[in-house]
Amino acid sequence: MRVKLFIAVTGLLTMPAYAAELQVNVEIPRLNVAEYHRPYVAIWLEGADHQVVANLAVWYQMRETAEGHGTKWLPDLRQWWRKSGRNLDLPVDGVTGPTRPVGRHALSFTDAQPQLKDLAPGQYTLVVEAAREVGGRELVKIPFTWPATAPQAGKAQGSSELGAVSLAVRP
Amino acid sequence: MKHHLILAVALASLAIPFNAAAHKAWLRPSQTVLAGTDPWITVDAAVSNDLFYFNHVPLRLDGLVITAPDGSTVQPQNPATGKYRSVFDVALQQQGTYRIAVVNSGLFASWEEDGKPKRWRGNSTSFASEVPRDAKNLRVSQSVGRNETFVTNGAPNKTALEPVGEGIELVALTHPNDLYAGEQAKFRVLLDGQPAAGLEFEIVRGETRYRNAQDEIKATTDAQGEFSVTWPSAGMYWLETSSQDDRTSVPQASQRRLGYVATLEVLPQ
Repeated sequence: MRVKLFIAVTGLLTMPAYAAELQVNVEIPRLNVAEYHRPYVAIWLEGADHQVVANLAVWYQMRETAEGHGTKWLPDLRQWWRKSGRNLDLPVDGVTGPTRPVGRHALSFTDAQPQLKDLAPGQYTLVVEAAREVGGRELVKIPFTWPATAPQAGKAQGSSELGAVSLAVRP
Repeated sequence: MKHHLILAVALASLAIPFNAAAHKAWLRPSQTVLAGTDPWITVDAAVSNDLFYFNHVPLRLDGLVITAPDGSTVQPQNPATGKYRSVFDVALQQQGTYRIAVVNSGLFASWEEDGKPKRWRGNSTSFASEVPRDAKNLRVSQSVGRNETFVTNGAPNKTALEPVGEGIELVALTHPNDLYAGEQAKFRVLLDGQPAAGLEFEIVRGETRYRNAQDEIKATTDAQGEFSVTWPSAGMYWLETSSQDDRTSVPQASQRRLGYVATLEVLPQ
């Protein structure tokens, strides 16, 4: 973990100065429950009209099962499914991936990456939604302005299925 | 022989419990928003006072029509009718919206023959050949009823929702699988394909057993045949209207009864 963090920080320092960047930290909390399954998580950006402008990450069970792919349970990510998921051809390169364990997960995106490349200047909201088998569902939001003229930071605290969620936008 | 078989099927399709008119007839899908490689749903069909509990009579499946997202008709799987409910499965092999409807339309006649009451059910074609022209005290009525629900695999579409043009139908200005608590949904109501003004709708959320009142929502279609409803909370909703007119298909029938029921699932935000 510490090594990873170190790499992430040095990676930042060596990045070209003009690359605007979005850093997202999502904590999957440790839960004291009898039956635990890793949550499905969707992380996306919404415009002022609440439409999805970019999917940053979707974590779900990608392994084949008797019931078919884990796509069966994707509609449990209710808002994401309604706004984006149901219109996607899954899996999506660079977006979808397997479920993640308990802990803090750092993601970063530059304006050179496809997720942010076509993002017009304006007001946006980072949305993180999590849904867990035999568990609950939670959604948190952090508003921000893109591109940032000065470094911005935002925080949200989940209360059940998500822990601390933070966002840093660098000009 | 073949003719008889067709007739038998046509007659059977009309055999819905009309004595249960005061009760609520409903279809209840196990879920309405699905995804995956081979999703299935199971649907309960019953007639009862309480929503959505089977405690009176089953809803007969003879008039069941399942329209797939491409507009074709698909067959139900594992249909069965028990004491209190009918049940069937639907394999959602296509992406898009399925319309699942029990459609009952036909003529009902009663008359006296040799001092005994006779009853008959059929359609306008069989009416001419089966009901005696000189029937004594002939009473004929017509009914067109539709009871339906909607289920979507993947992204919703509207091909299956195209109006058939007979009886009362709902044109979903808001997609019926895109309903969320706190949001407004808008519908246009058609009668024989034309916008129907002044139709009163009763809308009741399920789980009536766990509260003291029906908490029904009333809505009436405006001049354009439209009404809207803002869903107070998530749940499975039963939506009903009925009407009558004199647009019968045979002159002997004086009145046509029209009914429409939809079961709609409203999801939480």
